[in-house]
Amino acid sequence: MAIEVNGKTYETDEEGYLINLSDWNEEVANYLAQQEGITMTEQHWEVINFLRDYYNEFQIAPAVRVLTKAIGKKLGPEKGNSQYLYELFPYGPAKQACKIAGLPKPTGCV
Amino acid sequence: MAAPEFEIPKFREFPTVPPIREGAMAHSKPYVASDKIQEALGFQGKLDEDWQVTHDKVIAKFGELLGKYRSLKVFMDSCVHCGSCTDKCHYFIGTNDPKNMPVARQELMRSVYRRYFTLPGKLFPKLVGARDLTKDVLDEWFSYFWQCSECRRCSVFCPYGIDTAEVTMAARHILDTVGYGQKYSNEILGKVNKIGNNLGLPGPALEDTLAGLEEDVKEDTGVAVRYPLDEQGAEVLLVTPSADFFAEPHIESLIGYGKVFHAAGISWTLSSYASEAGNFGLFNGSYEMMRKVALRIRQAALELGVKRIVVGECGHAWRVAYAFWNTLTGLGAGGHDPFSIELQKQLDPKYKQPSHICEFTWDLIQQGRLKFDKEANDHRIITFHDSCNVARASRMGDRPGGQFDIPRAIIKAVANKFVDMDEATIREATFCCGGGGGVLTDELLEMRVKGAFPRMEALKHVVDKHGVNFMATICAICKAQFTKVLPYYGFNMRLVGGVHQLVSTAIRLGGEQ
Repeated sequence: MAIEVNGKTYETDEEGYLINLSDWNEEVANYLAQQEGITMTEQHWEVINFLRDYYNEFQIAPAVRVLTKAIGKKLGPEKGNSQYLYELFPYGPAKQACKIAGLPKPTGCV
Repeated sequence: MAAPEFEIPKFREFPTVPPIREGAMAHSKPYVASDKIQEALGFQGKLDEDWQVTHDKVIAKFGELLGKYRSLKVFMDSCVHCGSCTDKCHYFIGTNDPKNMPVARQELMRSVYRRYFTLPGKLFPKLVGARDLTKDVLDEWFSYFWQCSECRRCSVFCPYGIDTAEVTMAARHILDTVGYGQKYSNEILGKVNKIGNNLGLPGPALEDTLAGLEEDVKEDTGVAVRYPLDEQGAEVLLVTPSADFFAEPHIESLIGYGKVFHAAGISWTLSSYASEAGNFGLFNGSYEMMRKVALRIRQAALELGVKRIVVGECGHAWRVAYAFWNTLTGLGAGGHDPFSIELQKQLDPKYKQPSHICEFTWDLIQQGRLKFDKEANDHRIITFHDSCNVARASRMGDRPGGQFDIPRAIIKAVANKFVDMDEATIREATFCCGGGGGVLTDELLEMRVKGAFPRMEALKHVVDKHGVNFMATICAICKAQFTKVLPYYGFNMRLVGGVHQLVSTAIRLGGEQ
């Protein structure tokens, strides 16, 4: 499967996750977010950028708790919880945010 | 991934046998595993182009399994279509699709069995309801054998004791072999083999996550509770589902395990090599696959030199550990290869090997080695969801029914308010969460939501009557599945959590103010 953004084609899997992580850029992220019914705001980018940085270091998306803690440190404790993340990414922060960040889908019993 | 549209079952005043809707779930099927995923497991990449070749391979594999597993042959032969199982399956109750009656789902396979492996079926197929294997039949297998969570509730009510899950496992094993695997489960098996856990969480990420947990617990409690990784010479090796490192509410139970070890003063460790208790080899009916995953745990135990092996909150992991580890890995009595003998010498015979974390905690409670502030859980009115693989395929403690009583006894020891759901929906008659057995994947969400319906009905009853606001469970799949489906039925997703999450809330660590 594939998506087309600004005249360029990007390969995705059945669920719309990018196959080649290096294909990711902000336009692609905006397009993927739109597909999910999400309008990207500064708050969304905070999360996406953190996910990408973490992935670059550890080759895996961060645990939900690691993510909430990092967001809490950056944006204040009232935002350092999974409820805040669910408001931004209603289908679930792990799967939906990873998709927009161009990372593989977390698998297993999650 | 925006949520798909489908009808959510309505709560009923009296749970009756649902009306039938032919083909209601015929459209449901998981993603097919890519050739890359298949080949990494040693399976054929995809279906052969020539149908006849696939046909012959299916029949050959079917024949091989019938020869190898006497149980499968007995289950194929002994069903008398009495109908006891028809309304016992949560997927039938939630979807109304008659092919989700366990007897009808099995018939998809049994009809092929009769055609190729019985004399009447070979001679007079129409008379005995035997049918040729066609591509449509195989597609139907792929759809409906992935609408079974292998929970075995139907088996409890079967007068012949037919284990429906084994039929499902055999069908899935055949599908895997001919290149028609399921993406979700097979991708996960590939990750365990390569990285050591279902998530694909590499060692350094695990280390980072655990270090973070130590910080958090220190901050919350003022006590330095440890979450050790790869510590040589620890007494206990804990293997737990990798979701416990990653997801909410799973991680709350992991925090709880650590606090129990701390409070009891028992040294323990996790392993980065065997950082997964779950074993999807069970779901796919592949002995070789199951063994390969289980052997990682044996190797970790030998390398770390531990005296005890404890399994965290994971339903099917406990089934595999309790029922199969002995012959798969020599962990428990039964293995005769040098590694098994070595392991038997190493493990402490004073303890049950392996032990469930609930047995471990309950033993300590009985010895008076753990103290609790029960009122810390007073904001919770708790019920307990029995997870199918623990309930119907294993035991805990030294008495029948220990797998039901011990988790409840722990809850009552750490909290004041507990109430059970309807007795027809708990203990050995428990309803599956709807996401077990390898179907916890987004493309099957409709089936998962509908399959959760009977459990949601029973939950609704105690929520309305007793104000229940916490459903405890001891399975990572149950936790993830409920978090996802509870909101569809008007409940808060945070209503589900772990037994050791409750332990974590109330336990005294010593050294508090």
